[in-house]
Amino acid sequence: MSETYTIPVGPLHPALHEPITLKLEVSGEKIIGVDVFCSQVHRGIEWIGMNRNNPIQSIYLSERVCGICNICHPLCMVQAVEKAAEIEVPERAEYIRTIAAELERIHSHLLWAGVAAHEIGFDTVFHYTWALRENVMDLIEYLTGNRVTKAIMMFGGVRRDIKENGAKKLREGMKFYLEKFRKIEEIFLQDPTIKMRTRDVGILTREDALKLCAVGPTTRASGVPKDVRQDFPYAAYGDYEVKAITPDIYNGEVHGDVYDRIVVRLLEVKQSIEIINWALDNMPSGPLLAEKNLVRLKMKLKKAEGEGIGRVEAPRGEDIHYVRLKAGEEPFFSWKIRAPTYNNVLPWIPMLLGGQIADVPIVAASTDPCISCLNRVTVVDVEKKKEFQITKEYMHKLSVKKTRRLMRNGR
Amino acid sequence: MMINEVWKLLFKKPKTNKFPAKYAPKNVHQFLRRVQGGKAKIVPPVPTPPDFRGKIRYDIDSCVGCGLCAQVCPSKAIEIVRDKKWIIMHCKEGAKLAAPLKIKIYVSRCVFCAQCVDICPRKCLKMSDEFLLANENKLDKSLIVPGP
Ligand code: SF4
Ligand code: SF4
Repeated sequence: MSETYTIPVGPLHPALHEPITLKLEVSGEKIIGVDVFCSQVHRGIEWIGMNRNNPIQSIYLSERVCGICNICHPLCMVQAVEKAAEIEVPERAEYIRTIAAELERIHSHLLWAGVAAHEIGFDTVFHYTWALRENVMDLIEYLTGNRVTKAIMMFGGVRRDIKENGAKKLREGMKFYLEKFRKIEEIFLQDPTIKMRTRDVGILTREDALKLCAVGPTTRASGVPKDVRQDFPYAAYGDYEVKAITPDIYNGEVHGDVYDRIVVRLLEVKQSIEIINWALDNMPSGPLLAEKNLVRLKMKLKKAEGEGIGRVEAPRGEDIHYVRLKAGEEPFFSWKIRAPTYNNVLPWIPMLLGGQIADVPIVAASTDPCISCLNRVTVVDVEKKKEFQITKEYMHKLSVKKTRRLMRNGR
Repeated sequence: MMINEVWKLLFKKPKTNKFPAKYAPKNVHQFLRRVQGGKAKIVPPVPTPPDFRGKIRYDIDSCVGCGLCAQVCPSKAIEIVRDKKWIIMHCKEGAKLAAPLKIKIYVSRCVFCAQCVDICPRKCLKMSDEFLLANENKLDKSLIVPGP
């Protein structure tokens, strides 16, 4: 077959938090060229933080950068401001921050595992994992007061304590997940169909991962032991000594494919459970906030001058916030956010090259962005200048078909 | 394997709480009327945890009108207004500017962060556990605290 097609994927879909366009050049089913176009949407979050909001209002704004990582972003921003204004965080607050961040990792990775199962047509597993995820959501709601926007970060500490009841619930929840973990592991890692669909699909080599600065589970699955919690510990991670999880811990080999990304994420769920249990056991008592009086805190931030960088290992990878404060001005003088998916988009190119259209959903999903962008796909026949539409449903059908085919043929 | 799990799940109660009724009513108003008449029963929602952040409560009498809550509200849901009750009680015409300051909270804008609760020096704001706030009208009576 000599005909090639160009398939633009994206750029916009209401359910997508990071709209993006993918141009795929295909010959038959095979992908022979990939191009990614970013910056399709600009919400002006940084502008609002630099012009309209005072720092306290900006905490809640940064929470809304992402619907899933809404501990990581405020945590990151708060760290940057604490560095800029030289605020010391009490130890207990650091531990509570750690627990909150790890709870978020559990819920994000389970959410991702469900989406991945859905993308290859395994809706039973999808519902199963999401039902499990409900428990951690309830825990989060119990500890912070809301399921999604948790609102517990504050400059110089946290706003809510984990009391006796909360600690008890947390321990029960972690026990529940440790029990269920074996089952999830069995379902995802030992199932022949999932293995067939994900083994050696969407490979990102170690060299490419390093060259393209991939972050988070995407790079760890390629065998690069890179983890902010290990390399530049923040919050209470310095006391725990996190070790970056690479797939060779599980089975001694690194492929850098989608299967390895599943391995890394599932092992990280287990690691998070261990970290939470450890943090609960070692949590010191003490105050929660460096400055309880919010009016005084506001004045202090207004007078502060300096700059700071916050780095946090979000579920998807390293998140960076840069903040600069100028004396006499309430809003940030400068605020820059670099979210992890920004780094994980370019690796799509080597991952998709040589693959099939049916693999696009699972490969793109394996870096954990939002996948609903595939809803608006147009196929352009370059030679005949003809256009037709591929909807997300069609792509999903292709993907499901491929799973069935593999199951039938055993290959 | 997954199939064993599926078999087990078949005999379990569904996780979803069927709120407000087992089957979605065709007409909500009719359903509510039937509930009031005692002909139907509402399946209760999942209980909220303690310290849940729901619709805000405001104790207008202890408020001193300092305006700190409006300063930190990230979504600008709080407006500073003159005390209506005072105006009705004390002045016939004009002189409204002497009325003490109070606040008005537009719940439809509120993002339930409870920052205003934290900063209020008089502790006159509180988060309740009320969460059924969906409404077609953003400026509905029930969505303005303490009242339009
Ligand atoms: S809870 Fe938050 S958003 Fe709502 S009124 Fe108070 S400060 Fe504003
Ligand atoms: S902070 Fe409290 S006392 Fe001050 S205006 Fe708001 S509600 Fe009233």
